[in-house]
Order: sequence, then structure tokens, then C-alpha cells
Amino acid sequence: MAEEKKLLTVSTSPHIRAGDSVQRIMYDVVLALLPAGVGAVYFFGLPALVLIFAAVASALATEYTLQRLMGETLSWLDGSALITGLLVAYNVPPGAPWWVPVLGSVFAIAIVKHAYGGLGYNAFNPAMAARVFLLVSWPKYMTTAWIFPANTVTSATPLGLVAKVAAGDAGAASFLSGVSTWDLFSGRIGGSLGETSALLLLIGAAYLFWRKVIDWRIPVSFIGSAMVIAAIFNTPYVLVHLLSGGLLLGAFFMATDMVTSPITPRGQIIFGVGCGLITMLIRLWGGYPEGVSFAILLMNAVTPLIDRYTRPRKFGSVSEGSK
Amino acid sequence: MLARKKTVGSVALKTFKRGGIHPPDSKHYSEKAAIETMVPGDRLVIPVQQHIGAPARAVVQKGDTVQRGQVIAESQGFVSVNIHSSVSGKVVKVASYPHPMGRPVMAVEIENDGQDSWAADLPKYPDYKNTDPQVLIEHIKNSGIVGLGGATFPTHVKLAPPPGSKAEYFILNGVECEPYLTADHRLMLERPADVIAGLEILMFISGAPRGVIGIENNKADAIAVLTKLCANRSDIEVVALQVLYPQGAEKQLIEAVTGREVVSGGLPITTGCIVNNVGTAVAVKEAVVDGRPLTQRVVTVTGAGIKTPRNLLVRVGVSCLELVERCGGVKDSMGKFVLGGPMMGFAQGDLALPVIKGTSGLLFLTDGQVPLYQELPCIRCARCVNVCPVGLLPSTLGEYASKHRMDDCEEYDALDCLECGSCQYVCPARRNLLQYIRYAKGTILARRRQAQVAAGGKK
Repeated sequence: MAEEKKLLTVSTSPHIRAGDSVQRIMYDVVLALLPAGVGAVYFFGLPALVLIFAAVASALATEYTLQRLMGETLSWLDGSALITGLLVAYNVPPGAPWWVPVLGSVFAIAIVKHAYGGLGYNAFNPAMAARVFLLVSWPKYMTTAWIFPANTVTSATPLGLVAKVAAGDAGAASFLSGVSTWDLFSGRIGGSLGETSALLLLIGAAYLFWRKVIDWRIPVSFIGSAMVIAAIFNTPYVLVHLLSGGLLLGAFFMATDMVTSPITPRGQIIFGVGCGLITMLIRLWGGYPEGVSFAILLMNAVTPLIDRYTRPRKFGSVSEGSK
Repeated sequence: MLARKKTVGSVALKTFKRGGIHPPDSKHYSEKAAIETMVPGDRLVIPVQQHIGAPARAVVQKGDTVQRGQVIAESQGFVSVNIHSSVSGKVVKVASYPHPMGRPVMAVEIENDGQDSWAADLPKYPDYKNTDPQVLIEHIKNSGIVGLGGATFPTHVKLAPPPGSKAEYFILNGVECEPYLTADHRLMLERPADVIAGLEILMFISGAPRGVIGIENNKADAIAVLTKLCANRSDIEVVALQVLYPQGAEKQLIEAVTGREVVSGGLPITTGCIVNNVGTAVAVKEAVVDGRPLTQRVVTVTGAGIKTPRNLLVRVGVSCLELVERCGGVKDSMGKFVLGGPMMGFAQGDLALPVIKGTSGLLFLTDGQVPLYQELPCIRCARCVNVCPVGLLPSTLGEYASKHRMDDCEEYDALDCLECGSCQYVCPARRNLLQYIRYAKGTILARRRQAQVAAGGKK
């Protein structure tokens, strides 16, 4: 029997790979973000849906268009642009006009991501940078366009109220005392689209831990250090600091962005602590009621430096003082 | 996903501390197959290089009659060993032949006369405890014994450490952490007395008072058999280890068993330990007590691409084609042929290669198991950092190597890489991390050699 000589694949070791892929990781994050999105529509109604759709569609469209124009291999469906779109939307108040997240997504994808080299090469978290871009460009829409779930009686978010209390506003304090812990936890409060429901964000985070997409180091050190500062310097409102504002969304979904955070274990702890401290610094003593976005961007900036100085101890290295 | 046992009862299984991966162990293909002795065919091709160190030099020529166990190539230097004929017969040719390591190597082709007669008067030392260890070390070198775990390092060199060093533990490596391979498992299960006898000889020669046999916990039957044989002695102990790749890497095994770390660039003996594969121990016993030089070894033929996986006792020099035939042939879907295990083995383009001393397995993977992936940019997920047993930053090394930044690769300790492959295994972007690191290692070492030559070849 004449046999056709079969061609064998020849390459160097290893010859097997684990099943994970970038796409699977990205879509796991998308799945983890969905509960918060559903919550946003539940609490804020149709405007939320419009904003989410606008942000996601423009993120995908921007990446597709850019890659076609630049003649690059299309990767717009790998899930990363989808995540950026969702996160841009989640960082925008529900009362903002539809074009606000659109501009945010375009900025995030075109400038923050692709102008810096595309996936894997960007220095700053695209959605986080987009939020700050929107904040400084359209402060009115980003700081006052709140919609409140039924039965709430304030015109400011819990963190906004905390800032007012610090400024001596007694009315704010009484409003805050009317906000229950369950409201804070479930999301029946004011805030940006994706940040209000601690419950739904924690469900998403639990999924990411189970799927081993995120590691405990950054979220725990971020939240932990923020809570230490809050407990010492703003004790009555510790729960407000934890459950409202962008802390949970930031700690679990934005600071954990792999590309813009350190790769070393010790580096990740330093990164998380830095984020927590700067967040509280701005919240308590800075000019904005919320500091998560600035904190994360500042820590993104020093991530390469952190990596350089936190290399793990090499196996077989001679440590000082050992035999 | 199976939960990995980390304890036996309430006692934690020993393991190396940093990194490691859990590839599916794929032992089920062949772990129940008892070792079968393969009768060698008509033609054997025995290369003069089957070990780390200087190749041996052929001392026979076309037309010579040879006996089994006769020296057909002599060692050249200290880090070198003899090569012996695996059968009795006639030398057909001494020429250059394809070799599993890629480059053609001088080899002796022998026509088997089927008599299987051993050479006469082969030296042996059944009363080895009354023999000078130096004599035994020389005998092990002359018997062609090399590390049968796959590295093929001449065993006598490990037994002759630098003056002033003291062996505290002699560790036998029964870990076999590579997926698919079951040769050592079956050897421990079927010839436990020989394993222990070999360990006793090695302990005597090295002066090590304690012997340890390290076995990964997925070989419970082998652990049980050897533990029973060592039950009433205090000098040899069987240690069950956590199933974690690369538990069988020499330095990782030393850390797991003793908690000691071999200094980067240093020798294991500096921690008081000498490590040998269980197969090597059996070969030592056969050489010292039975007077048999190394002419055969257990080979696992396995994978989804072979019809009947088996563990075979094969003579050195037998063609892989014969093993494939003995195992029912390859399936049509077979797409990759690897000599060794899937993590560190060598893929081959041809089945017509001889089994050599270091051939622990023939692994046949199917087309579906070896897709060619497109590399994506590194997303800095740090999975590679988390699994590296050495504590390196494979993604950073990959980036530097791909940009030819060799100084940075050297600074980031590329040379300490074990080449275990854990980083490339886990990378979700399918980056060929180990290939980049190997490129860096090769370039850095070549640069160093050139610098030495340029500096006048000083030591």
C-alpha cells in the first residue's frame, strides 16, 4: 500500500497549552459586568439602556474603523473594546446626554488605547482616562446629571453628601442618616450607572475570582487601605465610602485591568494600597467628592516603575544574612 | 476540574514552593500497562553521543563481530561515557546518522545475529560494600551509565563531587512529573527491590547516610510498594509529593524533600544532596551487581495518536518504527511525534530514529491537540509570572528577547530559566515565551564565549 508521507508538526517544547485564551478572559469580564448593567436599567430605566448601548456601540465602531483605516488585523470582537464600552457607560451619570459616553468611548479607544499601541501596550486604563476626560470637559453632565431611584429624596449622591457634611452642611447629614445600609448595598442610591449596586458588582467579582480572571491582591489592598483611612478619619461614613461611589467598581473591575497594573505580586499590593490611599486623600481632603479615577490613573502611571522594583526573589538567589 | 490533593490525611504533601502548573497528567493511556520486553529487530543504529559531555569515539569498524555489552565507542574525557553494543552481531557501517537532537551524529549500525550473547568476563562487584568507591565510580563510567530521566548527565560525575563536599541525602527521582510518561512508574511498581538495591549502592559510593525516594502522589501504588519495602529501615524513606509540574526538576525536588535551595549557578551537592532518576539507580545495580553495562531502558509509547499505548523494555539503538509497529501503528489523526514528554520533549519530523539512552517516551499527539496559534500581544495578565518556579518574569523576558535586548534579558536572569515550559503553557495570548527565552539564553551564552575568546581564552 503506497502511503503518502504525512507531514508532522515540528516545533520546540512545550507541546501542550492550557485552554485559556485572551478572548475567553475578556468575555468572562463582560459576563461579570452584566449584573451591574441589568441593575442600572432596573434602577434608572430607559436612559441607562440608551447610554450603555451608545457607549458600547461607539467603542466597537471606533476600534473597527481605526483598525481598518490603519490596515491592522481586526480584533474589535476580542472583547476588550466591549469591556471598555461598558465601563465608560458605567462611569457616566444616568442623566447625561447620549453623546457623552459616545465621546468617552471614542477617546478611550482611539486615544488612550490605540494611540499608545493597542491592546497590551496602553499605559492608562482607557475607560478610567475617558471618565476623567469627560469630567474635566463636561463637569455639569458628569457631576449633576443624577437620576434617583424611586423613593429617594435627595439631589446628591451619598459621597456628594459626605463632602457637604465635611463642609458643614447640616441638612446633608440628615439626608445621609435617611439612607439605609440596604439602600447602599443594593443600589437604591444615586451615582453613575455601574457603581451604585454593591451587591451586583460583588456578584460579578465573585464570578471573576471563581474563573481566576482576577487575583485578590489589588482589590483587597485597594479596598483595605481605603477603609483604614475612612475608619480613622471619617468614621461615621465608613459604609458610605465602601458601598457607594466608584470604590467597588474601581477596585474589582478597573484597577484590576491587567494591562495597566503591575505583573509582580508585591507590585500589585503596592498598586492597590496606592489606589486606596489616593482615593481617600482626594475624597477627604481634595477638591472632588470622588477620587477613584484619579487614583487609578496615577497608579497606572507608576506601574512600570513598580514592576521594576518589585521583581520576585529568584529561586537560588543568595539572600542577605543567610548561610 | 479535579481538585488536586494537597494532603495525605492531615499531613501536607511536600512540594517546591513557588509556581508550578497542573497539566492533565494523561497517565491513563499507559499507567496500567506492564513493561513488555521488546525483541530487537535486524538492524540497530547506536549513536556515539547519547549523553551530555564529549561524544564517545567509535572503536569498531565495518565487518567487526560484536557481543552484547562490548564497548563500541570509548569515552573521551571526564564528562563522557562508553557506548556498548545492545545486541550480538556484526558491524555494518560506522557513519553519520540522523539523531533525535536534530544534527546528524556518528553512529554504529549493527546487524543483529539474534543470539543475544553477552560479552565474556564483564566486570562486576556483587560484594561492592568491600570495594573502594573510586573503583565503583570508574566502573559506572565504563558501564556507560547516564541519567535516564532524560538529561543523560554522566552518573559517575555526580558521584565524584568536588573535594570538601559532603553528601547528606541521596535522592531518587521517582516523580515523573511530565504528563503521559509512565516508564518510571512501572519500573518502581514492577522492580522495587532493584530500585532500592540501586539506591543502596549509590548511598554507599557517595557516603550519603540517608536515602529518599521522591514520588508524585498520582502513583499511589508505587508509593505503597516502595514504602512497604522500606518500612523497617531508618536509612531510606519514601516521600510522597504533591502532583505539581515541575516537581521532578532536580532543584525543585531538592527543595521539596529537604527545604534547601540550590544557589543559582551552583551544584546540588552544595545543599548536601545528590539526585538520580530511579531508572538510573536500577542501571547502576545491574552494572555493579550483575556486571551488565547500559544497553536497554524502559520507554513509554503513548498518546492519543498511537493505537495501543505500551511500556516497553527496549534495547538502545532500536528504531522507533519498530516500537510503533509493536504498538499497533499510528492513527491517521497523528500530527506530532515527540521524543520525551509534552512539556520538555523534542518534536521530530521522522519516525526513523533510534531509541537512545535518554529516550523516556514516544509521544504521539493528534492534529487536534497541536493547533498552530497566532501570537497575540502580551496582555500582562501575569499568569506566567505566577507559574514560573524560578520567580522570573517570562512576559518581560519575552518582550526583551523579541526586541533583541540581550543586556536586559541577562539582567532579568534569563540564564536561570529551567526551560520547564510552564510559562508558555499558561499564556492566554499564546505567546511562544519559552522560545523567546531560549533565544535569549543562547545569544547571551554565545556572547560570553566570544568575550572569553576575545580576552585571550582566560579561564
